Amino acid sequence: MHHDFYLAWRYLSHHRTRTLILVACLSLLAILPLALHCLLAEGENHMIARAQSTPLLLGTRGSALDLTLNALYFNTTNPTPITMYEAERIGQTGWADPLPIYVRFRVRGQPLVGVTLDYFDFRHLVPAQGAMLAMLGECVLGADAANHLGLKPGDSLPTTPENLFDLSGVYPLKLHVVGVLAKAHTSDDQAVFIDLQTAWVIEGLGHGHAGDKPITQVSGLAFGQADSSLASAGKLITYTEITPENMDTFHFHGDPSSYPISAVIALPRDRKSATLLKGRYVDNEASVQLIQPLETTSSLLDTIFKVGILFDGVLLLVGSATLLALGLVFALSLRLRQRELQTIFLLGCSRAKVLRLVTAEIMLIGLASAMVCLILAVPVQNYAGDFVRYFVMP
Amino acid sequence: MIEVNNLLFSYPKDNRFILKIKEFHVEAGEKVAIIGPSGSGKTSLLKIIAGIIHPDSGTVHVGGTALHELDDPARRNFRITRIGFVFQELELLEYLNVLDNIVHTYRINPVLTLNRQARVRAHQLACELGLGDKLGRMPSELSQGERQRAAVCRALLPSPGLILADEATGNLDPANKAHILDLLFLAVQQGNTSLLAVTHDHELLPRFDRVVDFLSL
Repeated sequence: MHHDFYLAWRYLSHHRTRTLILVACLSLLAILPLALHCLLAEGENHMIARAQSTPLLLGTRGSALDLTLNALYFNTTNPTPITMYEAERIGQTGWADPLPIYVRFRVRGQPLVGVTLDYFDFRHLVPAQGAMLAMLGECVLGADAANHLGLKPGDSLPTTPENLFDLSGVYPLKLHVVGVLAKAHTSDDQAVFIDLQTAWVIEGLGHGHAGDKPITQVSGLAFGQADSSLASAGKLITYTEITPENMDTFHFHGDPSSYPISAVIALPRDRKSATLLKGRYVDNEASVQLIQPLETTSSLLDTIFKVGILFDGVLLLVGSATLLALGLVFALSLRLRQRELQTIFLLGCSRAKVLRLVTAEIMLIGLASAMVCLILAVPVQNYAGDFVRYFVMP
Repeated sequence: MIEVNNLLFSYPKDNRFILKIKEFHVEAGEKVAIIGPSGSGKTSLLKIIAGIIHPDSGTVHVGGTALHELDDPARRNFRITRIGFVFQELELLEYLNVLDNIVHTYRINPVLTLNRQARVRAHQLACELGLGDKLGRMPSELSQGERQRAAVCRALLPSPGLILADEATGNLDPANKAHILDLLFLAVQQGNTSLLAVTHDHELLPRFDRVVDFLSL
């Protein structure tokens, strides 16, 4: 038997290019479905974990999926805002703690998320550098956001103007970076967190005064120093900056209960409280809805997995076609090897022995493919989670 | 050593070719050359004597064994153990080095065992044939003479009682022709075997014990 494998090995190593192509084809054929399933499983875990940790979510009536994606994963689809009154209403029931969240703005591509300090405790977010939010105009960065923006505590980050032609005069806010959060491997890593009130300042609902005029400064980036006399030129980007000196002048107009938020994460005290709270929002005519993110996410994942099954079917078809093609290649190669087979017949080889030699070659190719698959399976399994977190569902 | 009587053979797909031999024999230890025009059936005769192909009728005895009565596996086993065949096309496998080509018969036939003794003999034969330093080379790296010697080495390895050589010296320069023939004659002399060689080299014929004109058979 060992002679069969030795001769098969010599043949395959002599025709190494052909052999490597065959091994690569078979390996890809085997590893692709495995990798796909690993990625789907990791994606499912990733999404489910986030949804599982968010028991109830209150938001505007409409697409529950949009609401979940916006409030949990900071997706760019912005549902119609609700008011701060809804958060207060949940708090007043005594059944749950409300965590209002406002995800409307983006800064240099990263989601700008307005939260209360309770949100950081709820998500177990702790600073890796610097400190947490303490005053108006400060921000803390998620680990990936800090990397992407190239910022660290002590730096500043002007928010992106919503509209360059905004005549109402709501200027970008110069945020002070006070901390960078430890990596959480969730959507929080991508976010720039600010206090809810800071978000409302950006919204234009709050402002400070220097004398009898709203506080604005000329960007120091353009000229190296601020010069208020240049502001009237209208050619420079101006921004609002909240400093310890002017902070006392910042104030909000109107009823805070009417200020916008995207959603409220409701943390029920117990199961009964959750049920009672859900009962409060069963009215189909209400402008808000209370959803369970886990249900919404599971429904989304069911759809994804249906696509996954379809993909499996396609892979099976492609795999079968590839195997047939490989079989054809092997059959044709046997025809090309007629001269060589004739030689070994002349040397006294039986047909059964020839079959054994060819079988040994197929087994060696299969073995090599299996080894390649095993080698590839380790990083696929180890890094599928990271791959999903960084590239698929950042 | 060889007794062929009333032999009749034709290829199944070629009715135009019919080999008829009334009587042919080779004595033990005899060196016989067969000459004749191309396509007359010399190679077919060698293959029948080697048991590679089976005659339609007639009798073939080699070393007292009636080859015509044996089935395919038995004929194959007889050939492997008792007959050394140097093929016209040499039949070296390009993916094996010289040593592996020499011992290849041992790897593909269970009746031969590739033990230490066989390996030592393969090395000795290769050295005697001037291939001692080329055992690791591939056939494509050898000259025609060296390839011919590798084929002779493979044929002689099982110490056969009969050596069949089909144009073993074809396409070689005179020096190499003489050398190959020397090697075959030496093997006959040392092993008390018989040699039946098909050749077109008339200058080599005087060295044989007997020359047979194929057309006279």
